[in-house]
Amino acid sequence: MANFSKSNVPQFSVDVYQNEYLPEGGREVNAIVTVTATGGGTIGSAVAAPHLYAPGQGPSAAVAIMVDCSGSMDYPPTKMRNARDATAAAIDTLRDGVHFAVIDGTHVAKEVYPGGGHLAVADATTREQAKQALRRLSAGGGTAIGTWLRLADRLLSTADVAIRHGILLTDGRNEHESPQDLKAALDSCAGRFTCDARGVGTDWEVKEVTGIASALLGTADIVADPAGLAADFTQMMETAMGKEVADVALRLWTPVGTGIKFVKQVAPTVEELTDRRIESGPRSGDYPTGSWGDESRDYHVCVEVPAANIGQEMLAARVSLVVPQPDSSVQNLGAQGLVRAVWTDDMAASTSINPQVAHYTGQAELAQVIQQGLDLRKAGDMDGATAKLGRAVQLASVSGNADTAKLLAKVVDVVDAVTGTVRLKAKVAEADEMTLETRSTKTVRVKK
Amino acid sequence: MGGSQMSGAPLPGSGFGAAPVPGVDLTGTPVPGSPASSAPLPGQGVRSAPLPGADMSGAPAPGSPFSGTPTPSADASGAHAPGPGFTGTPVPRADMSGAPAPGSPFSGTPTPSADASGAHTPGPGFTGTPVPGADGSGAHTPGPGFTNAPTPGADASGTPATGPGFGGAPVPGPGVGGGHLPPAPAAAHLPPGSPEPPGGGPVPPGAPVPPPPPGAPASGVRFDRPAEPEEYPLQAPDPRVAAEAAAVAETAKVCVACRAGRVDDDGYCENCGHAQPRERDHMEQESGPVAAVSDRGLRHHRNEDAFGIGHTALPDGSPALVAIVCDGVSSATRPDEASLAASRAASQSLLTALPQGTHPQQAMHEAIVAASHAVNALAGEPATAREHAPHQNAPACTLVGAVVTAGLLVVGWVGDSRVYWVPADRGSAPARLTEDDSWAAQMVAAGLMNEAEAYADDRAHAITGWLGADAYELEPHTASFKPDRPGVVVVCTDGLWNYAEAAEEMAEALPLDAAVRPLHGARVLVGHALDGGGHDNVTVAVLPFPAPAQGAGSA
Repeated sequence: MANFSKSNVPQFSVDVYQNEYLPEGGREVNAIVTVTATGGGTIGSAVAAPHLYAPGQGPSAAVAIMVDCSGSMDYPPTKMRNARDATAAAIDTLRDGVHFAVIDGTHVAKEVYPGGGHLAVADATTREQAKQALRRLSAGGGTAIGTWLRLADRLLSTADVAIRHGILLTDGRNEHESPQDLKAALDSCAGRFTCDARGVGTDWEVKEVTGIASALLGTADIVADPAGLAADFTQMMETAMGKEVADVALRLWTPVGTGIKFVKQVAPTVEELTDRRIESGPRSGDYPTGSWGDESRDYHVCVEVPAANIGQEMLAARVSLVVPQPDSSVQNLGAQGLVRAVWTDDMAASTSINPQVAHYTGQAELAQVIQQGLDLRKAGDMDGATAKLGRAVQLASVSGNADTAKLLAKVVDVVDAVTGTVRLKAKVAEADEMTLETRSTKTVRVKK
Repeated sequence: MGGSQMSGAPLPGSGFGAAPVPGVDLTGTPVPGSPASSAPLPGQGVRSAPLPGADMSGAPAPGSPFSGTPTPSADASGAHAPGPGFTGTPVPRADMSGAPAPGSPFSGTPTPSADASGAHTPGPGFTGTPVPGADGSGAHTPGPGFTNAPTPGADASGTPATGPGFGGAPVPGPGVGGGHLPPAPAAAHLPPGSPEPPGGGPVPPGAPVPPPPPGAPASGVRFDRPAEPEEYPLQAPDPRVAAEAAAVAETAKVCVACRAGRVDDDGYCENCGHAQPRERDHMEQESGPVAAVSDRGLRHHRNEDAFGIGHTALPDGSPALVAIVCDGVSSATRPDEASLAASRAASQSLLTALPQGTHPQQAMHEAIVAASHAVNALAGEPATAREHAPHQNAPACTLVGAVVTAGLLVVGWVGDSRVYWVPADRGSAPARLTEDDSWAAQMVAAGLMNEAEAYADDRAHAITGWLGADAYELEPHTASFKPDRPGVVVVCTDGLWNYAEAAEEMAEALPLDAAVRPLHGARVLVGHALDGGGHDNVTVAVLPFPAPAQGAGSA
């Protein structure tokens, strides 16, 4: 490998935060695993692919932008115009050399640019051509998001690139295909490309958008005001351009007799990963995490170990990071962390909860009670909703999750944040409620 | 642990406590029969640990008829307080510490440095230590009730002991000689032809005491460890034993837990995940006549104790033995590294300073300072990945050490690890020579609480002195003694003394031949702690006093 590229290779590190001490008979080990990728910047990587990037270039990448062109996009007409502008802004953010395509999404998916089942390669000319092509976008038709995703997958797979990413914008419900169709499309696309999803306005279904982002390991958000689309698209594309390594998986090895109770990403957002395990060997499983730029994420790993005697110590899990290779082997990214279990009769040691574990346990509960509270509210159970959202206010306050606290304050009147005493607001703007729901999984890190 | 085992050692001169010792002059002098054992240190009388074992209650030690009086000054060593009949004195309190141990048979000369104020008199002028020279030349009064200690009875193995070789050579019996050391250490302090009394304890015949049989009913409620001296081989312990054990541990590749998995680079089984024994789980070492054993114990997952031992020669050619024992503070981060660094730094410091003529007490002080620096330096280093939580305190440990020369016994400590003195003549009273830096000890010393109250408190065992970057102020305590008779110095962590708190118990647990088979003695003591429950890491170093002249087989 040439020297000039070395400084561009991101370095992965794994840090484990846990209280390894268990009381006699204790069987549950909790650990927060912090994975950090540093040093790659936005200028390239040689980890995942055998390419060499000159400084100033990034890894090979392909991006598909899916724009909702259903009839509702014309109500109000500014929505379609803002969508066009946002897409143009995203195209301007494309790095030279990145493959890209624009898809017109209705009840069917159509290629807007470049067409013919191909991807364009970004340069000044193609960017201009793409923006010209956006003028042809017009509203009319239904919504079948699964078809958009399948087309994006077909197009993205035509390029031999390291990073494949989609950006999806919708303003309405996925009404023109069954939920099963969407689920099947997501299943077939999962692991093939990552995708950010955005809902514009307030007529879309939060669970559909967050479900797409979750399945495709991207982000979800609301852009209630179409005027904010351009900035959001630009930022999304910048993040995509910063990705350096795709298909990183968290690999957990556990010894005989030990089981994984759950694995979830807990920062920057809560994402349940337990059921996404792919067996990768004896007592070893991989949990997909998508593509990585310069960033840090936290995972909560809960392991059940066999009971052991005081004074014993065992390895409960070994955490590493791998990237699957085309030849079905894997590349190990080197970093490793150990989750340990040590049985002690020191009650002070075994009963203390690691601050990171406590914090993220609270953050995960926060996301859960917001969801439950909003569901109960929709179902008309106001007492239940008040209790859940009150608990959410309390958790957000204690953990310093100021953003979520602000969103909650738009849905409930906070009487006392410390005790979680709240009253439901009689009238809540739909945008506020959707924003809270969409962003309920956002977490903050431990206060240092 | 229960309060019922609390001891009520009468503080010298304090007169409180329920156990006024009969017939003793209390004027600032440790009392014969004071359970507080001998080292007449300020604050003495603090007895410590309530023992986990239940067996020490009501241990009326029939004291020896001696009443050696450990005195703070050398000249008082003759203060023989012929016992108001200590033998069989009923113990006023139902606990082991109430055992009316006769006072120390040797005339300790603790220096003021033993004071908690840390007046560790550096410099040659050791207050209270009449012996500036390392040769122990001090005119030494024979101890109370102690006549000359000629050779014990005949034994075929008797070797002319002018150059008593430890190790391969037949060993001169412990308990011989030493009574009053000639000024010149070169002179054999072990009288020639000091054989081992077969099957019997090394009893200085001169002593007007009936030798207590091994495992005598002294304070002896605890006999869980059969008296060792039944077999009494004279050959030196085989150093290969430890070496072999180490070798086996090194080559083991198959998991000791499941016997199915391979052991990974980081010491865990690739099959069942169990941690494999680590090098420090059990360590044994011999250096000349000194030996030490350290064990993880039964309840802790790693060994945070460490030791450093060695032997060298003073400028005049006389021998000097060194032992340092450290106990990592578990509530701090990386306690195992702290204890290792401290024990290495201190023992190396001593082994460097002593041959250069530094007075042993000064050398001990400097060694503790060196150890402190070594531990402080750890605080700046990044924690290893696995050590993030839950502890964030700077690495810390206790330290206790002993230097034995031909005539002098110097101890030094910070924290609650201890030194015990066990005379070869088991009729003489053993003694504890250190005073814990612990909350309870401080409370008692300050007169704020009596012992029972202090040790009943939850904070009793919190240590108030340690080595580490977060120590308030380093107060190395040192003291020097001039035992008037041969014996064994036991340097240990609380993992041992929790199971043999009173000096009498320690003496009882110590094999009679510990002076000549120190490794065996150390193993037996560790075994004693493990038999008692092994709740903590256990580390003990055993040194004979006086230091045998270096000779054949002492390597």
